[in-house]
Amino acid sequence: MSFTAHDPHEVIAPDHAHDAHGDHGHAKPGFVRRWLMSTNHKDIGTLYITMAVIGGSVGGILSMIMRAQLMYPHNHIVTNGSEWNSIITAHGLLMIFWMVMPALIGGMGNWFVPMMIGAPDMAFPRLNNMSFWFLAAGFVFIMLGLSIGEGTGAGWTLYPPLDNIQYSPGIATDFSLFSLHLAGISSLLGAINFIATILNMRAPGMTMFKMPLFCWSILVTAFLLLLAIPVLAGAVTMLIMDRNFGTSFFEPSGGGDPVLFQHLFWFFGHPEVYIMILPAFGVISHVVSTFSKKPVFGYLGMVYAMVTIGFVGFIVWAHHMFVSGISDDSRVYFEVATLVIAVPTGVKVFSWIATMWGGSIEFKTPMLWAIGFIFLFVIGGATGVVLAQAGLDQELHNDYFLIAHFHYVLSLGAVFAIFAGFYYWIGKMSGHPYPEFWGKVHFWTTFIGVNLTFFPQHFLGLAGMPRRYPDYPDAFAGWNFVSSCGAFLSGASTAVFFYILYRIFSSKETLPANYWGEGATTLEWAVPSPAPHHTFEDVPVIR
Amino acid sequence: MKRAFGWLFCAVLLTVAAGHLAFAQTTAPDPLAVADSYVNAPHPWQWWFPVAGSPMQAQIDWLMKYVLWIMAGVVGFVGLLMAYVIVKFNHKANKVPSHLTHNTLIEVIWLVVPTLLLAVIIGPSLSLIWYEGDDSNPYMTVTVTGHQWYWEYNYQSVPGLDYTSYMVPDNELQPGQIRRLSVDHPLVLPVGKKIKFDITSSDVLHGFYLPSLGVQKYAIPGSIQNSWTLITKPGTYYGECNQICGLNHDAMPIEIKAVPMAEYLAWIKVAQQNYVENSLAPNLISSPPPVGQFAELAK
Repeated sequence: MSFTAHDPHEVIAPDHAHDAHGDHGHAKPGFVRRWLMSTNHKDIGTLYITMAVIGGSVGGILSMIMRAQLMYPHNHIVTNGSEWNSIITAHGLLMIFWMVMPALIGGMGNWFVPMMIGAPDMAFPRLNNMSFWFLAAGFVFIMLGLSIGEGTGAGWTLYPPLDNIQYSPGIATDFSLFSLHLAGISSLLGAINFIATILNMRAPGMTMFKMPLFCWSILVTAFLLLLAIPVLAGAVTMLIMDRNFGTSFFEPSGGGDPVLFQHLFWFFGHPEVYIMILPAFGVISHVVSTFSKKPVFGYLGMVYAMVTIGFVGFIVWAHHMFVSGISDDSRVYFEVATLVIAVPTGVKVFSWIATMWGGSIEFKTPMLWAIGFIFLFVIGGATGVVLAQAGLDQELHNDYFLIAHFHYVLSLGAVFAIFAGFYYWIGKMSGHPYPEFWGKVHFWTTFIGVNLTFFPQHFLGLAGMPRRYPDYPDAFAGWNFVSSCGAFLSGASTAVFFYILYRIFSSKETLPANYWGEGATTLEWAVPSPAPHHTFEDVPVIR
Repeated sequence: MKRAFGWLFCAVLLTVAAGHLAFAQTTAPDPLAVADSYVNAPHPWQWWFPVAGSPMQAQIDWLMKYVLWIMAGVVGFVGLLMAYVIVKFNHKANKVPSHLTHNTLIEVIWLVVPTLLLAVIIGPSLSLIWYEGDDSNPYMTVTVTGHQWYWEYNYQSVPGLDYTSYMVPDNELQPGQIRRLSVDHPLVLPVGKKIKFDITSSDVLHGFYLPSLGVQKYAIPGSIQNSWTLITKPGTYYGECNQICGLNHDAMPIEIKAVPMAEYLAWIKVAQQNYVENSLAPNLISSPPPVGQFAELAK
């Protein structure tokens, strides 16, 4: 097979010189029509990104409260245990469903998948709108779940029996469960839309193996959502039935089994972690390739690695349940299957490095985030290999080593990729450049802040500090103090981010179509910045 | 004369009383005192596992170092590669980028080498799983039941010995007790014997987590999970509830007093008297403390 002939980045730009893009043939829509009834993939993408900023801000404020409480032992910032539990629950759910997913999938996916494959819009524009508003409604519900009565106190994993009616009698838990239904429907509709768009609406010549890696990552993610979300919906429905209609799916006294919920939840929950990280992989591939001024190394290997990760991600769920009483043989199987994922992940990491190898790397802000992503994701991956050992998990399960691990892959992984993508594409989305200096300030404050927050948590975990504790033995005070200081620095870096947003949207500067130069070869760089309301009025030609 | 008899009577009384006190002290020493000599609790700025109190934790410690060194090698290698790339291939050092996108040999190498590394890890790792799962032939079995928010211990081989264990609230701590770890009635176990735990719950999920012994299992209502330990050294060991269980999740620690067999047997006698035989209600000590005390804990 000749690889060079399949180079995904060799596309010819559609000629935009003679077609006046924008509004001819349409009246410019008013605010309500444009933003509340939008069927335009870019406007919906913007709405998703706005949702992510809001969700991330609320989730971030909650984490600041948590770190303030944990800064000293015997602290009383959070007044009681149920308040604490509803904060940690909302933090987890918000960051996953209302920050990472809308930023990467709904936001960047909506904005750039149609553009990259040369499609005029998503396959089902109204479905796209509906998908966003389900998510927005879900946000209202999760906030009700956080704030009504005692809140939702079962943790984001929602394990029964703690959220059965006798232990969580308030209506807040029902609100949170319904919010998951809404977010789930939203994701499901979005996934259907992406699959239909990518499979059917590629421009002539855009074969699957010429498709940019970000589109591949969204395609694999969409399939994961399609298969995983219904399982979550089933589990959540059973919980709602147990709570409100007297069934006993998870109620031992009625013949049910709480462990069944754990199986169902993690059958969704493990693919969910790849749902969060695969689009991040896609973003990083583009950023690394652009700023190294080189095509992605090992394109096919990258695609197969993502498909493999997606597939294997479905058959490893019980590694979250090593201490839930699964048999020794199950522990052996789930450990080995989990470790297998390290191989395709390694392929991706080495391919990124090989992409940089021989390049002419420019360290613009997006590239800094991407390099930070790769290195910190490798650290998170290494502790992931540690935690995959069922024998070690007996010691490390649910303690701060685990917290450190998944924040390294999410808070330092997915979030770094979100910011890499943000700085990479914000010029294309807004038409204005971001301030380079402040972008770098944002990167370095975040980099130092999150490492200071999460690295000491490895030590706390090894020393045996359990998660979800609002107060702890005094011996854990030292590292908790360091961790809280790091968290406040990360919080301050968010202020820098908002300042950058202000600078971008108050800027009068404009940008050319391809403001990154020779390294940026995918189709979105062929259209003006900001991308016109209707991207392609002529079908682009791909060589 | 009467007065002299009175004094004599008092003196005899005093002597008897003093003798009785002295006698009481010599005949009933605290069998758990031996466990106070060694306390295995977390210490400030601790950055590694607790000192292993059981062979299981010793093996976990060993495997952790083994895996972590390999992974540190991987992280270090990737870090070095990235540093090299950043120095060597930045746009100042290398103005003209290459367009190399494939090299079959290197792609095969980075598939095969990580696979081999995993194979090196998996061997010892799997044997630890079977070791941890082997709870056969225990010397004794203790049923551990999680409740909101205390633990209950039932010695299966000692009829009627069943008591509860609450955290000492912050405002009732005695000197020598550890805030958030000390309990009113610790679990007492003999050293050098294999002890099996039957772990269950009466309400929500709890987590029976003993970091210094390498034991962790969820306590799940409606079923029994098994784990085991063998404590090598007399002393006091601590653990915590490690699965979210409601508003006092952080207030149900586990304290274990591990004592030599003789002291353990002596303690059983005392415990049976205190907890079982001398009271009409069989589990006098297991009646929960007043509610007000726990209202304090919720802070």
